[in-house]
Amino acid sequence: MAKIASFGAYIPLFRLSRQEMASAWGVPAVPGERSVANADEDSLTMAVAAGADCLTGLDPTTIDGLYFATTTSPYDEKQCAGVIAAALDMGRDINTADFTGSLRAASTALRAAVDAVDSGSAGSILVVAADCRLGEPESMWEQLLGDGAGAILISKRGPATLRGFESTSGEQLGFWRRSEDRYIRSFEPKVETKYGYLKSAVEAGKALLDHENLAPGDLANAIITAGDPGSQGKVARSLGLDAAKLQDMLFMSVGNPGSPLVLMMLAGALEQAKAGDKLLVVNHGDGADAFLVDLDDDFAPVIGRKGLTGHLLQKRNLPNYTSYARFRKLMKVTDVDPRGSAVTYWRDIKVVLNFHAGRCTSCGAVLYPIPRVCGECGTKDEIEEIKLAKTGTVFTFTLDHLEDGKYVNVPVPRLVLDLEGGGRLFLSMTDGDPEEVEIGMSAEVVFRRLHEASSFHNYYWKCRPVPQAAS
Amino acid sequence: MGSMKDKTAIIGVGCTKFGEQWEKDAEDLIVEAAYEAMDDAGITPDDIEATWVGNLYDFTGLSGSVAAEPLKLFGRPTTRVENFCASGMDAFRNACFAVASGAYDVVLACGVEKLMDVGGSGLPVDMGHPVFRGSSAPGMFALAATRSFHEHGWDREDLARVAVKNHKNGAQHSKAHFQREITLETALNAPMIAWPLGRFDACAMSDGAAAVVITRPEIAKKSKHKHDHALTKASVLSMDVFLPMYREAYDWLGFPATENAARQAYAEAGIKNPAEEIDLAEVHDCFTITELLNIQDLGFCERGEAAKFVREGYADVGGKVAINASGGLKCFGHPIGATGCRMLCEITKQLQGRADGAQVENARLGMAHNLGGPGSVCAVTILGLPE
Repeated sequence: MAKIASFGAYIPLFRLSRQEMASAWGVPAVPGERSVANADEDSLTMAVAAGADCLTGLDPTTIDGLYFATTTSPYDEKQCAGVIAAALDMGRDINTADFTGSLRAASTALRAAVDAVDSGSAGSILVVAADCRLGEPESMWEQLLGDGAGAILISKRGPATLRGFESTSGEQLGFWRRSEDRYIRSFEPKVETKYGYLKSAVEAGKALLDHENLAPGDLANAIITAGDPGSQGKVARSLGLDAAKLQDMLFMSVGNPGSPLVLMMLAGALEQAKAGDKLLVVNHGDGADAFLVDLDDDFAPVIGRKGLTGHLLQKRNLPNYTSYARFRKLMKVTDVDPRGSAVTYWRDIKVVLNFHAGRCTSCGAVLYPIPRVCGECGTKDEIEEIKLAKTGTVFTFTLDHLEDGKYVNVPVPRLVLDLEGGGRLFLSMTDGDPEEVEIGMSAEVVFRRLHEASSFHNYYWKCRPVPQAAS
Repeated sequence: MGSMKDKTAIIGVGCTKFGEQWEKDAEDLIVEAAYEAMDDAGITPDDIEATWVGNLYDFTGLSGSVAAEPLKLFGRPTTRVENFCASGMDAFRNACFAVASGAYDVVLACGVEKLMDVGGSGLPVDMGHPVFRGSSAPGMFALAATRSFHEHGWDREDLARVAVKNHKNGAQHSKAHFQREITLETALNAPMIAWPLGRFDACAMSDGAAAVVITRPEIAKKSKHKHDHALTKASVLSMDVFLPMYREAYDWLGFPATENAARQAYAEAGIKNPAEEIDLAEVHDCFTITELLNIQDLGFCERGEAAKFVREGYADVGGKVAINASGGLKCFGHPIGATGCRMLCEITKQLQGRADGAQVENARLGMAHNLGGPGSVCAVTILGLPE
């Protein structure tokens, strides 16, 4: 039986109060705040972050596959799972796949992973989901959505069993984006809620409870994804569930992140779950999926894994709607014209995506990028490949107002970082305030999108001040 | 290893006005500089047997034609030299080797850059690879400033004093990009470019060209400048790491390229105590921090003492070693490929007592120094008058 071996989440550091968004347009405000991905983040980079969180303390090369679920893939033609796996340094002998098109994509991917492990075709599969959807400016969608990512590691071994999948297919034009649409479209949300969401979610949930002979009282917790708290409550009532047992749907703190919501809520539930607990999961989107999670054992705490709670605690507030508009490029500004090469990007994958350096076996120097001849002792071709750590301290820095030949008012900090365990890197800083940078500051390395040179997504590493939990 | 000492001599120099030369193209600039140098030497283009031209950005792809085409130097060799900000001085160095070998009697070394036609803010540094992308040129050198602040307690005022000194010198030079003095306050209040470097910590983007005519000393003795040609006492070039940002051993408190080139140049020229023996130096000051660190690396003072060296006037015209009597890159301008040859023109004219700007009294021995890349290359040339 397929088990959950680990879980993880990622929420961008920035939050924007819905009141700020409402004030910008002069429209009513929804309570709470939403998460906002930085300008250099997208579904792919957030999936890398959630995947890394899930794999904290684990060897990525022991995992047999990576499934990526999203409705906002950075590429229409090109797989993202392979890029994510490379950035997670998972090795090449793995199965990778993208699951897209539906808000239900994450549970579809989860089911495929469970099937693969149950059938014996894979020993373990990492399922990651992320979305960065855009609501039309001025619409309520802008306030209701959020950005984020979740990850679950399905394996032959683990403290929780995942089983009993029930699915319903419910064709209805509820919410959609055509390939040429930037913003979410809907026809009549009430119809989608009543005949689409509620119907299929309740059907799948009921089928599961019936097949498993479970009464609502047998459940410790229910993870029910929904577009709004009212709809979630209706599904719970229809299933006879106590509202107190509903897992927080992150409405007030993150917003609706789309496809990753089910994994993020599940991660949140697993952080609290105890041996013996039964969790019901109902996920919707063009129909619904329901499944059961049995806690055979407690999850042992993992040092360094932030999970959902850790990511909820670390945040910075965006000052205004303009920052959001800038991050999401809602206003057209002159494009810079950087250079990029798909060939060097591919050839240097060990450095660019895997984040490896060289170590001279003759003198021990850590060398980045990986050279043929050691820069310290001159020995040729005696360089072994090593993994670099993702944390370090600032040796020196500048706050650079020039970006691709263009003067920018808010400077980009560029940090020379001494990494833990050796190696020195030069990275642009993101997610932080230039004012806070100083020699000796701790920083962590994050995967981000640099630019769009040569019309492909040039992903690479940046760094950011180690986020502190908000008090 | 052999030596270049006294094996070649400069007998003619030419330099255009540096600055924003919107109405002139590279042809205009290189023709002006080369003909001025040939006139100064009393020769014609027919006398030039071979040419080396330093050029970095503008004409990549034009190769030897950068100089051969505008000057119509056909039927003879021209080689384009690219070596970061030392391109012009490396053109000179290669020309000297050719003359010293006896292969040629009279050659031309020149450099040209037409940066203003490229557009944009700052030098293009994007290498099309995320690892090599790094930052802007000021950003690279700012890394050294931040570290020097941390280790030596220097501050932005120490940097600003370099700009004030160089503007004071450059204001007197008719060919300098900027023709005005600045105050400490002006420098300190200017907008930031790459903290801690502000606008007045950076040299300007300039257009310009410079040229020198080189021959053997025995021919120089019969030339127009028979008594006051400039003998090459040393001409060296030293490479160092291309990406110091990634090197753990790099302390950012100086440039090994300069230290190595200086040591070799002093050995070649027979200089024991540079601060006492050298009267003036054109020191690469693409940024104010670069001048401070190079002053130390060239041995004019100890590590950590350069800010004091400048503050106490030792680097002034009339001080211990006049550093950048021309105004330096900061005030004179920095058309990359031209700068090295421009410095050689300046030192030659200073030794001849006919400086266009602030004249260093009784100058007998002068140095020209370029640092290129983020410390990737250094060229040092030492020139002296004949006995």
